[in-house]
Amino acid sequence: MSDDMTATMIRSNNRFSLRGLVPWLVFAAVLLILPFIFTDGFSFTLMNAIGINIVFALSYNMLLGQGGMLSFGHAVFFGLGSYAAMHAMIAIDDASYAGEGFWAHVPVVVMPLIGMIGGGLVALILGWPFCRRAGTAFAMITLGLGEMIAAAGQMFPSVFGGEAGIYGNRMVGPQWFGLELAQAADVYWFIAFWTFAAVLAMWAFTRTPLGRMSNAVRDNPDRMQFIGYQPRNIRFLVFIASGSFGGLAGGMAAVNYEIITPESLGLIPSGLALLMAAVGGLGVFYGPIVGAVLVTLMNSLLSDYSDASILYVGLIFLAIVMFAPRGLGGGIEHVRTAYREGHLARRLPGWLGGAVAVLLIALGLIIAIELMFAGHGGGDTVNVFGMQFQAGGITGWLAAVAALVIGVLVMRATKKNREVNA
Amino acid sequence: MSALTIKGLKKQFGPAEVIRGVDLEVEKNEVHAVIGPNGAGKSTFFNLLSGAFPPTSGEIQLFGERIDGLSPEKIQQRGLARSFQVSNVFVNLSVFENLRCACFKQSHAGYVFWRPAARVREANRRAEEVLEMIGLQALRDVPAGSLPYASQRALEIGMTIACDAPVVLLDEPTAGMSNSETAQAIKLIRQVAEGRTLMIVEHDMGVVFELADRISVLVYGKIIATGKPEDIRNDPKVREAYLGEEAA
Repeated sequence: MSDDMTATMIRSNNRFSLRGLVPWLVFAAVLLILPFIFTDGFSFTLMNAIGINIVFALSYNMLLGQGGMLSFGHAVFFGLGSYAAMHAMIAIDDASYAGEGFWAHVPVVVMPLIGMIGGGLVALILGWPFCRRAGTAFAMITLGLGEMIAAAGQMFPSVFGGEAGIYGNRMVGPQWFGLELAQAADVYWFIAFWTFAAVLAMWAFTRTPLGRMSNAVRDNPDRMQFIGYQPRNIRFLVFIASGSFGGLAGGMAAVNYEIITPESLGLIPSGLALLMAAVGGLGVFYGPIVGAVLVTLMNSLLSDYSDASILYVGLIFLAIVMFAPRGLGGGIEHVRTAYREGHLARRLPGWLGGAVAVLLIALGLIIAIELMFAGHGGGDTVNVFGMQFQAGGITGWLAAVAALVIGVLVMRATKKNREVNA
Repeated sequence: MSALTIKGLKKQFGPAEVIRGVDLEVEKNEVHAVIGPNGAGKSTFFNLLSGAFPPTSGEIQLFGERIDGLSPEKIQQRGLARSFQVSNVFVNLSVFENLRCACFKQSHAGYVFWRPAARVREANRRAEEVLEMIGLQALRDVPAGSLPYASQRALEIGMTIACDAPVVLLDEPTAGMSNSETAQAIKLIRQVAEGRTLMIVEHDMGVVFELADRISVLVYGKIIATGKPEDIRNDPKVREAYLGEEAA
C-alpha cells in the first residue's frame, strides 16, 4: 500500500480529527452567542421556532434525503410527540399540585425525550406496512396517514382537545440547572440544548452501519437483498428513527408553545418539513438546517413586509426545485469543492454573474407582485427596498420589466463562463 | 457433496416456458460456466438460483439444503452470492462504502445504530481486503456511480465476494470490456475462485475456456451438454446447436 493511500485511510478513519470537531464548535459557539446579540423577546420567539424546525427538518431528511422515502405525513410524529409531551407536562402539573407520584419528580426540560418516545412508538406501531415500498406508494400512504390522524385528532377530544387543542404549563415540576422556563430567554437555553443534542445524534446516526445502509437502500433497494438485507427492514428502522426525532422536535414545541392543536398533525406542517429540507438540500447533512433557518425566518419576517409572503416562499421553493435541485446546501458544497480543488477564482465570476442575475430577476418579480397586490385594495404606493412606485402608474411596471430583462441578459451573458469553467 | 444440486427446474412466464427442466450438479470448488445462445435462459437461470424469482417447479439445493422459493436475502445468508450483468451498485456511496455495506451481514451489523460504522472492525478489515483485491484503492472515496465502466464491473464482483459466500454466481463479468480489461478481470476471477464454487455466465468463449473446469450448454431452457471444456468443444450436439458456425 502506497503512502498517500495510507494517508487517505487515516484521514477517513480517524474519528476524532480536529477538523471534524470544528463545525461542532462553531455550531455550539453560535448557539451560545446568539442570545447576547438578539436580546428582544421577538428574537427569542423566532430563534426558538428555528431550533424546533431545525430538528423537525433534519428528522424529515432522515427519511427523504438519507433513506429515499418521500413522506407527506411527517407532522404526525411531530404532532403526536408533542401531544405525548403535553400530556406528560399536564401530569407533572397535576402531580406537583398533589405533591406526590412519579410525575412530580420529572422536570419539564426532559419533555423532548417523552416526545421522542411518543413519536418513535407511533412509527413503530404504524410503520411496518408502509415500508414495503418506497417511491410513490410510500408517498401516497403517508399522505393518507397524515390526513387520517389529523382527522382523528378532531374526533377524540379527550386526547387531542378538539379544535382548540390542549394546553400545558411549562413552569411546573422540579427545575434543572435553575431554568425556570418563565421567559422566552429561558426557553432559549432549553431549545438550544436539545437542538444541539438532536443534531449531533442525527449526524452520528448517519455514520452508523444503519445510517449507511439507509443510503444504500435509497440508492438501490434491489441490490440490498443480494447483500443479505431486506430493504423493508432497513426502511422500517429508519422510519422509527425519523419518527423519534420528529417526536423530539414535537416535545420541544410542546414546552415552547404550551399549546398543541390537531392542525399540527396535518398536511401543512408536513409540507413545511419537505419545504425546509428541499430548500436547504436533501443531499447534504446540514442542508435542512440551512433550509429550516431560512424558511422559518421568511415565514415569520416577510409577513411584516408584504401581503404576498406565502407567495414568495412558494416561488423560492419552485425556483430551487427547478434550478438548484440540490438546494442551498448543494450550492455551498459546490463552492467548497471548487475551493478545495483550486478552481474557485476561475469559476467565481460566472457564479457571481449568475447571482446578480438571480437577484435582478427576483427584484423584477417582487416589484411586479407588489404592484399587483397593491392593485387589489392595498395602499397607493409600493415600497420595494426603498424604491417608491405608484400603484396605478407605469413607472413601477417599467422598472419590473427592466429588472427582469437585465437579469435575464446578465444570466445569458455569464452562462458561457459558467459552462466553460464547469 | 455437491455445492449446488438442481433437479427438474422449470420457470414459466405466462405461457412462455423459459427454463424447461434443468438438472445439474455443481461440484464444490469447481468453476462451472454456463454458455448458450442469446435468449437461452441463462440470466433467468441465475435469477432462479439467487432467488430473484421463485421457480415454477423443481428443486435447488445448496450444500444439500433446499433454497428454491427462498427470498434473495435468505439465499445470500445461506452462502450464495451473485453479481449482475448490468452494474448494480449503490451509486451515491463511495467505493469503500459499497464494499463495507456488503460486509455488514457477516458481522451482523446492518441494523446497528449505536456505534459508528468505522468501529465495525471485521467489516472494515474485509472491505479493505476486497478493495485491494479488486485493485480500486486509488478510487476508494469516489462515488460508485462515477466510476469508469471496468472499475464498476470490478466493484460489482467485489461486492459479490465481500460476504465471503462459498458459492458465487457471476453474470457476464467481462461483458463490454476491452481486451486488457478482460485480462484483468480474468485474473480477478481466478483469485475469486480460490476456495470457492464459482458459476459463471459468459459470452466470451476465450474467457470461458480459460477459466472453466466444466461447462454446461443451455439451449432453449434445457442443458444439452455438461462436461470438461475439451469434451464440450468436441461434442457434436453442442457444435450443431451453438458453436456451429464458430467451430466450422
